[in-house]
Amino acid sequence: MYMLDKAISGGRRYWIWLAFLVLVIAIAFVCYILQLIYGLGITGMSRDISWGIYIGQFTFFVGIGASAVMVVLPYYFHNVKEFSKVTILGEFLAIAAVIMCMLFIFVDMGQPTRVLNVLLYPTLHSMMFWDMVSLGGYLLLNAVISAVMLDREYKGLHAPGWIKPVILLSVPWAISIHTVTAFLYCGLPGRPLWMTAILAPRFLASAFASGPSLLLLLCLILRRLTTFDAGNEAIRKLGVIVAYAMSVNVFFLLLELFTALYSHIPEHGTGITYLYAGLEGKHPLVPFMWLSAILAVASLIVLLVPKLRGDTRILAAAAVLVFVSLWLDKGVGLIVAGFVPSPLDDVTVYTPTAPELAITAGVWAIGAFILTVFYKITVSVRETAQ
Amino acid sequence: MRDRFLIFCGLFVFLAIFTCPIWHGIAASTSTAEPELHLPDGQKTCVAPISYMRSAHMQLLIDWRRGDVREHRLFYTAYDGTRYKVNLTNTCLGQCHGSKQKFCDNCHNYVAIPTPSCWDCHQDVSSRAVTTATAAVPGRMP
Amino acid sequence: MKMTRKNFLRLIGASALATGAGRLVKAAGSAANSLGGNGSSRKRWGMAIDVTKCQKGCNDCIRACNTAHNIPQIADPNHEIKWIWKEPYGKLFPELFADFGRQDLAASQLMTLCNHCADPPCTRVCPTQATWKRDDGIVMMDYHRCIGCRYCMAGCPYGSRSFNWIDPRPYIKTMNPQYPTRTKGVVEKCNFCAERLDDGLLPACVEACTEKALIFGDLNDANSEIRQVLRSRLGMQRKPELGTDPSVFYLV
Repeated sequence: MYMLDKAISGGRRYWIWLAFLVLVIAIAFVCYILQLIYGLGITGMSRDISWGIYIGQFTFFVGIGASAVMVVLPYYFHNVKEFSKVTILGEFLAIAAVIMCMLFIFVDMGQPTRVLNVLLYPTLHSMMFWDMVSLGGYLLLNAVISAVMLDREYKGLHAPGWIKPVILLSVPWAISIHTVTAFLYCGLPGRPLWMTAILAPRFLASAFASGPSLLLLLCLILRRLTTFDAGNEAIRKLGVIVAYAMSVNVFFLLLELFTALYSHIPEHGTGITYLYAGLEGKHPLVPFMWLSAILAVASLIVLLVPKLRGDTRILAAAAVLVFVSLWLDKGVGLIVAGFVPSPLDDVTVYTPTAPELAITAGVWAIGAFILTVFYKITVSVRETAQ
Repeated sequence: MRDRFLIFCGLFVFLAIFTCPIWHGIAASTSTAEPELHLPDGQKTCVAPISYMRSAHMQLLIDWRRGDVREHRLFYTAYDGTRYKVNLTNTCLGQCHGSKQKFCDNCHNYVAIPTPSCWDCHQDVSSRAVTTATAAVPGRMP
Repeated sequence: MKMTRKNFLRLIGASALATGAGRLVKAAGSAANSLGGNGSSRKRWGMAIDVTKCQKGCNDCIRACNTAHNIPQIADPNHEIKWIWKEPYGKLFPELFADFGRQDLAASQLMTLCNHCADPPCTRVCPTQATWKRDDGIVMMDYHRCIGCRYCMAGCPYGSRSFNWIDPRPYIKTMNPQYPTRTKGVVEKCNFCAERLDDGLLPACVEACTEKALIFGDLNDANSEIRQVLRSRLGMQRKPELGTDPSVFYLV
């Protein structure tokens, strides 16, 4: 049933890519052992900046995981036939992304052997408890959906009746995982940068721009490297989704800027000021944030002009711009800047260390590995089915 | 069967490796040596019957921990009526057992069950002369 | 019932549901913040810090706390552990520190600690209840349950919490054998000397202060020293607009 035999037969490029990923994972594993021995002090986090790139990446990839809904919803409930080949790719991307999220949380934990305490002592007033529940549930949902749908396709059968309500459930559940993640941050009285009701809508808009743009790029890569062709219409439609979502996302950011800066209330503006101009002469995130802004504007120019968006290569470039821009905004900037200035108005600079970056790369590599294996299975199943 | 000789050789090597703890213990004269228990000098009774402590002292420690840390229950009344203050370092070690090395480690090393991570934080006080306001005086009110 | 695969899965599902439901109901029933206690006439421990008496350059309270609780002295400020420390008045009350304010206060360095808030955001966010608010008002830490997620550190609006980024034991100057140390990977903070209160003693810092600048007592007892002093002088809380209702007051 699991068609895993399809994963162990592949061409040279497949195996070289997997070997490279395994190498990255091995290095990361060694660094993680060092982190277990020495403590989280091996990272660049500090008493003032107590969450860093691990949690930043977690936040970003929850968005990628949630974005599967952008192809699932149109196809299953609005009969957008163009996405027929793409939904399974979206679901597998969601699985890989959610596993990455759980790994990022795990490597960030000071006492990882006790992580099950969250389930042994459920704490209903803690958003982190609900985050674990919702991510776990979403992983389960997508695993069931994708396994069943691909299995049926492999055997040439129709989808079973009971899968429809499960898919229906996955749509609000996808929205909820990223809303709960936003709730982790936007209810903390001591962190004014995050204390905004628009954080959850910003997260969702950025998810629905970055996720489909990654999916678009993955479809183009599959088209180039394998026999799998999602179809020009599917790619075009993904481009439209990214265009709308990115426009909303940039609009939301501008709304944030106004509220942050117009009132002149110091604590409302200091976070944004730190991100885009720096505070007390310290501006480590400023280049990243301005790059993110420039890339966002550039991508919008492409996405909003139909002639430009219609050219697949230019659209692919725009998708790269969107993904990198939003990765910088959410994965690099937002979480770290929430801690600046500290509750006692100190500005501490956070610089990730080499082991920390290696572990981060290792988690990416694990996600890429899972995704590669799943996509290989999908492509091989489609080939035999044809 | 051409390979009979090789198969029996392999079986013999496997059995030798598999049973090596036994004959190695015999050779090193450690297998029949029982762990040496240093019982506390002054105390004659334990906080619980010895048979219970032997089988379930970890459960008692967990109950003590939950009671003391989370439920603010500072004292434990033993089965014989004696009140003890709940405190790993000062009561278990300080008042009674004296030394982790001499008491806890002897058995734990013998059965090769490492002591849990308690000692990463709780102090191993080797001297019994730790009598302060925080050590137990049976019957003292909080 | 014939044990087919379908029936087996149904059984597993029902068992999981029953176990999960039981735990959820239990968790929902237990109060969010308070545990234990005898319920009668609740204490609320609080502290008043006399700004006029707290001397610049004096660290008696900090030394007493560090010694009593085996707090490591780590030179790297990124990894430092501090339960109580001194901050300039202007950083504790930035909104009050205008150019035209009292210049004598501008120079003060004041003792800063966990405020043991009546409505703490840190206990609200902890996913394992490793930190919770006790019936007597103290915000407690259970180092055994802490998973080191540092959500409480993100939740605290005062910067009162420290995380053990590295093993603290090598950095402890003088070991107090009667008190545990902590291990790497858990969060810690001032605990109002709960272990000393259990023995009827005052917190170490209060006892050590030679200027008697620290007043500790039961805020729910209208006749306690701390209530009397709060009636006669202005006691300021840090960031009161956040709704945390701190139990630490600064007397100007």
